[in-house]
Amino acid sequence: MLKNYFKIAIAVFKRRKFFTFISLFGISFTLTILIVLTAFIDKVINDNYPDRKRDRSLYVNKMTERGDQSYNGEALSFYFLDHYVRRLKTPVKLAVSSDYRGTNTYVNNKKISISYKYTNADYWDVTEYDFLEGKPFTKQQIANAERVAVISADIKRAYFGDVPSVVGKYIEADNVQYRVCGVVKNVPVTLYMLYSDIYLPYTVSKTDYSSNTGYRGGYYGILLAASSADVPKMKKEFEQMVKKLPMSSKEYNKIYCPAETFIPAYLNTGNEDKSGLVYALTAIAIFVLLVMLLPTLNLININITRIMERSSEIGVRKAFGASSQTLVYQFIVENIILTILGCLIGIILSLIVLKVLNNASLIPNLELTLNFTVLSVGLLTCLIFGLLSGVYPAWRMSRLNVVDALKAQ
Amino acid sequence: MIRLQDIEKVYRTDTVETLALSSISLDIAKGEFLSIMGPSGCGKSTLLNIMGLLDAPTKGDIRIDDQKTVRLSDKQLAQFRNKKLGFIFQSYHLINDLKVLDNVELPMLYRSSTAKERTQLATEALRKVGLSNRVKHFPAQLSGGQKQRVAIARAIVGKPEIILADEPTGNLDSAMGNEIMDILLQLNKTEGTTIVMVTHDENMARKTHRLVRLFDGSQVQ
Ligand SMILES: Nc1ncnc2c1ncn2[C@@H]1O[C@H](COP(=O)(O)OP(=O)(O)OP(=O)(O)O)[C@@H](O)[C@H]1O
Ligand SMILES: [Mg+2]
Repeated sequence: MLKNYFKIAIAVFKRRKFFTFISLFGISFTLTILIVLTAFIDKVINDNYPDRKRDRSLYVNKMTERGDQSYNGEALSFYFLDHYVRRLKTPVKLAVSSDYRGTNTYVNNKKISISYKYTNADYWDVTEYDFLEGKPFTKQQIANAERVAVISADIKRAYFGDVPSVVGKYIEADNVQYRVCGVVKNVPVTLYMLYSDIYLPYTVSKTDYSSNTGYRGGYYGILLAASSADVPKMKKEFEQMVKKLPMSSKEYNKIYCPAETFIPAYLNTGNEDKSGLVYALTAIAIFVLLVMLLPTLNLININITRIMERSSEIGVRKAFGASSQTLVYQFIVENIILTILGCLIGIILSLIVLKVLNNASLIPNLELTLNFTVLSVGLLTCLIFGLLSGVYPAWRMSRLNVVDALKAQ
Repeated sequence: MIRLQDIEKVYRTDTVETLALSSISLDIAKGEFLSIMGPSGCGKSTLLNIMGLLDAPTKGDIRIDDQKTVRLSDKQLAQFRNKKLGFIFQSYHLINDLKVLDNVELPMLYRSSTAKERTQLATEALRKVGLSNRVKHFPAQLSGGQKQRVAIARAIVGKPEIILADEPTGNLDSAMGNEIMDILLQLNKTEGTTIVMVTHDENMARKTHRLVRLFDGSQVQ
């Protein structure tokens, strides 16, 4: 029986090449979009290089000061992190780093754009960058405001070419020569709190990090607790500290500055009432729904058309002893075969798209991969897709009256 | 074999009611070859479809092989048609996506049978209609007469006791039509199959055992 369904399914697909093509295209295209999306989310959420201690870290990346007339939100000042956050008792370490900033540098008269970021010494202890050579700069070097730099593998290759070692060599950024002290594995730009091409001691910053005594500025903090059990305590202490902060100006009457675990912090909107997480989930859900909905409707439509075209076949099968149930079964099998074919094409397509995306490096250093999670999410959606688009038309078909089905031709 | 009692069929649409059949009572004996004639639109196909349990009457009772058929479920009806009935249509109704052999095997798919049995029975049925050399063709590659012979093979493959044929020669020229008629007569004679045939052709009707004439939904002879 199943073999026979297979036979007729293949025959039908061959005969209705255009419909088959449209269906397969719809399914595989949808799957590709979903797989790439999942790969992206999976990468951002689950790949914890270089901040491997996420389970015992809290991230502070934004402060909003709000008044009746005004509303200002941005990253923190060095002063705020150094003065208020450092004094907390629970954190064992506090990583402070600036946002990444862009500049240009020249190699053999060729301009390359380069991003740089200032960090403190704890930054290298809180995070766990993979050092391909050399090591991070030390507390002492920071105190001496030494012009040293940790650079990424990409920049090493772009600036120095394919040489085995660059530690001790000089790299120019923003018209200053820095001595390379270490080379680290690349970080994708999607990890905006950690990404940079070169990392510099904060003491070499041209804009004076200590002169800004406001709360807001261009720095992020990562608070590290002794263990993950201490994280709630640390969060509470941080909140208490924020609550006691004096208002920086009469304009304001409220300060919002959360210390969050990685994902909520990553998605922090700076608005207390609007959770970034809810936003992100809603956006993803709507996107997935739209991406799925159109091809599903399309496929349902195509399936109904196909059924109506085959009403004579349905009439004949019923006349010769097929029950409605059998026909529903046959049609769903057909649709599942189609869906599986579409899925296979979709997976191949996804592999190609991921490869292209990775090679084109649209997003610097973001290496997307097709792993088990991504694949199973993709296949699950595919299965739902197949059932959704197959069941309704099959049901419609089975309702067809034999005489009417035979008449329509 | 087939007993119709006081059959009435009304087609209702939003605006009109058509009385397609009114108080038809008919007894068809086992092994009988009956033809139905009448002007276009008088209800011949409707009557045949009701006999074949493809359509339900508005009123009346149908017994086939002494078995009541009202209130059978969709599944039971399907099984009943599969075992007892074989259909032949004016426009053949072959499945174009399937080869001749697969078309003929179709009724056997809905019974418990092995692929080997199916092929064997279908080959035998095709031999009976003289089409052994066309098994691997697709319907589109056959002439009208050949298509109708495939349809007959499909109708007889499951060895049903009753064959219902709605203008089986309607689309064919007289030579082809006679060939088809000969096959049906042969079937009736050698296997004792009960056959009910709708036709417009007096010559064909004359070759059968009995003729029923319909006019405007009623039996006139
Ligand atoms: N589905 C339907 N809805 C409404 N009326 C119908 C329907 N099917 C048939 N009829 C009507 O019922 C009557 C009988 O139709 P039927 O098809 O049985 O005629 P027939 O004798 O087979 O005609 P022909 O020789 O042209 O095939 C006709 O008047 C037709 O218009
Ligand atoms: Mg008719």
